Amino acid sequence: MRRDVFQAIADPTRRNIISLIANKPSTPKTVADHFNLSRQAISKHINILAECGLLSLQIQGREYYYTVQPKKLVEVNDWLEPFRKMWEDRFLKLDKVLHHLKSKKNGK
Amino acid sequence: MESKISTLISKDLKNKKISVKREFDAPLSMVWKAWTERQLLDQWWAPKPWMAKTKTMIFKNGGSWLYAMTGPDGTSMWNIIEFSDVQREKGFQAVSAFCDENGKKNTDFPVMYWKNVFSAMGSETLVEVEISFTNEADMEKIIAMGFEAGFTAALGNLDELLAK
Repeated sequence: MRRDVFQAIADPTRRNIISLIANKPSTPKTVADHFNLSRQAISKHINILAECGLLSLQIQGREYYYTVQPKKLVEVNDWLEPFRKMWEDRFLKLDKVLHHLKSKKNGK
Repeated sequence: MESKISTLISKDLKNKKISVKREFDAPLSMVWKAWTERQLLDQWWAPKPWMAKTKTMIFKNGGSWLYAMTGPDGTSMWNIIEFSDVQREKGFQAVSAFCDENGKKNTDFPVMYWKNVFSAMGSETLVEVEISFTNEADMEKIIAMGFEAGFTAALGNLDELLAK
């Protein structure tokens, strides 16, 4: 679900995990070592990212590692976009209010 | 040339700031009124499909604006905005917090610091809003909430399109 993607990347640690894995596909252990967090904490973050399709699991021999899904990343690349939409929506309403005020003034 | 009505948003993660810029096709005095008078604010402040309703508004240094944003399902979110450094038709600063209907602040939610600057550009008005946060986590939380509101807004617009 789309909303989950944005919730997933609203967390700074998870965004850092994405950039790490985007640079180089990594095993959960590599990620945990990099961030100095427990394996459990990292697993939780990775699972959230994988559940919304930002990361996918690859298995090679006995090792399994995560890669990013570029298509999904592009979708959320500009993570301020929905915030901008909220403001734009608010301002379109303000345009209407101002337009109304102007026509009222001119009508006098 | 860029469209006049586009809203420019830039983020400055390092300084925990987001800035929003927008031009309005109306004189400064009118835009100022729309940002500072309760009857006018209630008409535009809430992004679709939310509705804003002011409970109390005292626009002056040390004064505050207490309002509710009500969603289509009837749930209300209360906000309190406390004003400072009010300079008529030039700008003002404010602290925005979530609260209950009596204006008692809810400290579980991030506080936002606003700096709004208004400038006349001929017959138009430029409004610059600078929103800053205490820390990065607070900023993330607000952006995440913006995501929610943004999607709700987008869905609201979709409904309107479908109804045509």
